[in-house]
Amino acid sequence: MALKSSPAVLGMLTRLSRRSFATSKALASKPVTVRDALNQAIDEEMERDEKVFVLGEEVAQYDGAYKVTRGLWKKYGDKRVIDTPITEAGFAGIAVGAAFAGLKPICEFMTFNFSMQAIDHIINSAAKTFYMSAGTVPVPIVFRGPNGAASGVAAQHSQCFGAWYSHCPGLKVLMPYSAEDAKGLLKAAIRDPDPVVMLEDEIMYGIPFPMSDEAQSKDFVLPIGKAKVEREGRHITLVCAGRGTDTALKAAEQLAGSKGIECEVVNLRTIRPMDFDTIARSIAKTHHLITVEQGWPQSGIGAEICARVMESPSFFELDAPVWRVCGADVPMPYARTLEAHAVPGPADVVDAVTSVLGNKISAVQAQ
Amino acid sequence: MALKTGASFVKLNAFRRAARLLSTRTRPETAQNGGGKIAKFPGARAPYVSEMKFFNETSYEPIPIYRVMDNNGQIIDKNEEPNLDKATLINMYKTMVQLSHMDKILYESQRQGRISFYMTNYGEEGIHIGSASALSPKDLVFSQYREVGVFLYRGMTVTELVNQCYGNCEDPGKGRQMPVHYGSKHHNMVTISSPLGTQMPQAVGAAYAYKRVPNNDRCVICYFGDGAASEGDAHAAFNFAATLDCPVIMLCRNNGYAISTPTSEQYRGDGIASRGPALGLHTLRVDGTDTLAVHNAVKRARDFTVANNKPVLIEAMAYRVGHHSTSDDSSAYRSVEEIQKWTKDESPLQKFKLYLEHKGYWDAETEKAWSKEARDTVVRTMQEAEKKKKPNWKEMLEDVYYEMPPRLQKQMKQMEEHLKKYPEHYPLNQHESD
Repeated sequence: MALKSSPAVLGMLTRLSRRSFATSKALASKPVTVRDALNQAIDEEMERDEKVFVLGEEVAQYDGAYKVTRGLWKKYGDKRVIDTPITEAGFAGIAVGAAFAGLKPICEFMTFNFSMQAIDHIINSAAKTFYMSAGTVPVPIVFRGPNGAASGVAAQHSQCFGAWYSHCPGLKVLMPYSAEDAKGLLKAAIRDPDPVVMLEDEIMYGIPFPMSDEAQSKDFVLPIGKAKVEREGRHITLVCAGRGTDTALKAAEQLAGSKGIECEVVNLRTIRPMDFDTIARSIAKTHHLITVEQGWPQSGIGAEICARVMESPSFFELDAPVWRVCGADVPMPYARTLEAHAVPGPADVVDAVTSVLGNKISAVQAQ
Repeated sequence: MALKTGASFVKLNAFRRAARLLSTRTRPETAQNGGGKIAKFPGARAPYVSEMKFFNETSYEPIPIYRVMDNNGQIIDKNEEPNLDKATLINMYKTMVQLSHMDKILYESQRQGRISFYMTNYGEEGIHIGSASALSPKDLVFSQYREVGVFLYRGMTVTELVNQCYGNCEDPGKGRQMPVHYGSKHHNMVTISSPLGTQMPQAVGAAYAYKRVPNNDRCVICYFGDGAASEGDAHAAFNFAATLDCPVIMLCRNNGYAISTPTSEQYRGDGIASRGPALGLHTLRVDGTDTLAVHNAVKRARDFTVANNKPVLIEAMAYRVGHHSTSDDSSAYRSVEEIQKWTKDESPLQKFKLYLEHKGYWDAETEKAWSKEARDTVVRTMQEAEKKKKPNWKEMLEDVYYEMPPRLQKQMKQMEEHLKKYPEHYPLNQHESD
C-alpha cells in the first residue's frame, strides 16, 4: 500500500515531519498529535469531496481557536472554510440547512458548552429530520469541538456532554482518545450520512501518539460503533472513552506494577451506537467491571452501561457489582486543587478497582 | 426573454426612484456641523456631528405598503398589473377556494375527534398563492405551518394532505408527524418542523449551498410569522443571509397575532420590515391580502436574489382571521367585531374574485360550481382517508438512521416474532402489512 502510492505518502510524511515532535526518520509509528490527526482528517476529506466544508467561530483566518483547522483556510479559501458571526444557534441552523440541501458541513463549536445555545438545532433539526421526513431528507452533518474539563476554566467551560447527546436517537456520538481514534473516527463521521457529534478533548489535542502507516493513509477510516481493547487483562474490565481512557490506562499501569492486577481497558470510541458486545466479551473474561467517565454520575454513560449489563446475560458473568467512576456531582470549581478533586484521576480508578476486586464497594463510596 | 428582463429592469428603476424619493423624506434631520467629515471606523463609515440626537422607532416614517388592487379588486396603477394569463389566474383563484374549503372541513373534523389537530389559513390565502405563483417549482421552500396554499399550488393534492392529517398508510410522511406538518421532497418543500423560527437559518444555509453551484438558477424561500421573527434564529438568519450573500427570500407573514400575543406586544419597532435594511437586506413591505401585489413582490425578489446572490426580506401584512389552531379560542383575546371587520373588508379571496370578475374570467355560476366541487373533493377524500389503514408498524423503527442499527434490527425481529405468536392481542388488521 505504501509502496504503490509512495509519492503521496512521502508528500504526506514531509508535511507530518514538519509538525510532529519526533526527529526520527523511521517510516513506521510517526508520533502525531491529536490536533494534527484531526487536521489531517478534515484536510483529506475536504480534498476528497467538494461538498465538505467547515464553519464555525475563528476557524478560518485564525486557524481555529484550538488550531485544529490550521492551514485549511489558506488551502481551500472562503468558500470551504467559513468564519461565522457569534451565534451558535445561527450557524448550527445554517449548517443543518446546508446539509438538507446536499452539502456536508463540519460545524465547529468552540467548546461543546456553547453547543447548548444551538442544541435545538442539533436535536430537533439534525437528529430528528431524517425520521420526520419519512427518510427523504438525510442530514450528513458533523458537529465537533472540545468537550469536558480543560484546565482552570470553571463551571461553564468544563461540562461533559457525552450523556446528553448519546441520549438521543438519530445522532451518532463519538469520543476519540488517541490520534488514530481522532483521525479514523472523524473521517468516518464526515463520510457518514447521519448527523454525528464528535466530542474531542482540549487537553488531548497536544498529546502525540504513534501513528501506524495504515493510519497515515488517506483512506484510513475507523468503524463507527466498534470499541477497541487498548490493553488486555484478566482481572477486571475498565470501560472508558476520551480522556477517561487516558486515566484508565494510567491506573492500569499502576495496578499492574504495584499490585499485579491486570486490567482490561476497553476504549469505547463510540458512545452511540455503543459496542456492548466488546464489553460483554470482556466481562465474560474478567467477571468484574468499572466504568470511567468525566461526566456527572446521574444518568451518565456509566449508568447506561450498568443498565445494559443488568439487561443482558453479562449480569450472570459478574462476580461483583459494577462501579462507576465519574466526575464529582458539582459544577466544575475553578481553583486548581478543587478541580483536580472534581475530575476522576488514576488514583480514583485504582481505589475503585481494589475495592471492587476486594468486594469492598462501601470503602470507595466513603470517599 | 431579453424584452421581459428589459421591462422588469425599467420597473425596478422606477421603483428605485420612488423608493429614493420616499427615503429622502424619511431620513432623519441632523445638523451636519461636525464639519461633515466621514469617520473611518471599521465598524461604521458615517459622518461626525456635534449635535447629539437619539434615534428611535419614531425617527423614521413607517415603511410603506405596496399594493396593486384596491378593496374592490380594481387595479390602481395599470403599470403594476402582472401579465398573467387567464388559465394561471383561474388556477390561482381555484386553489385559494380549495384551500378555504379544506380548512373549514378539516377544522370541523378535529372538533369531531377525527384528527388530532389542525391549523387554518384564513386571511392569508393571498400570501400563499401570490408567492407560490411567482416561484419556480425548483425553488426550495421552507415553511412554518400556515402556508398550506403553497403546498396546494405546487401540486400536492388534497388527498396527500388529508392523508397526512390522518396519518394513514398513504401519508407521504409515513405517520411520523402531527397534522399540518407537511413535507414533499418531490415538490421541493422541506418537512415542517415545530420549533419556531428554526427554518430561518436553515433556509439561509440551503441558499448558501445553492449559490455554490455554477450557473445556479434556484432560490430558497422561507416563510415565517411575526411571532417567529422574535426568535434568536431570525436575527441570525437575517445577519447570515446578508454577510454570506445568499439567494434567499425571507417572507414574513405578519398577521397581527402570535397565538394570543398581538404585534403591539411582540415588538416596538416598525414591524419586521424595518429590521431588513438595518441588517443589510433588500426589503419590501406588501399588502398580503392583495394576491397580485404579493405575486409581483416575490417575482421581483426572486429575479433579484438569483441574479445577485443577495437576500430579500418581504413583509406581507395580513390578518389572521381564524384561531391560531384547534387548541386555541381567539375570542378570549380579541373581539368578534375585529375579526368580522377584517374578514369583510380585506378578504384576499373577495378581492381576487372581484378582479377576475372585472376581467370577465369568473362569475357567480362558476363560483357556485367550483365551490361545490372543492367542498366535495375534501369530503370525499376524508371519507376515503378514514377507511385507509394505518402505516405498517415497522415504520416506527425505520429512518432513525440512514442504515438501521443492529439494536433496532434486533428489536424489530423480536417484535415480529412476538406478533407471530400473539397476533390476536394486537390490532394488526388496522395497520398495513408487509
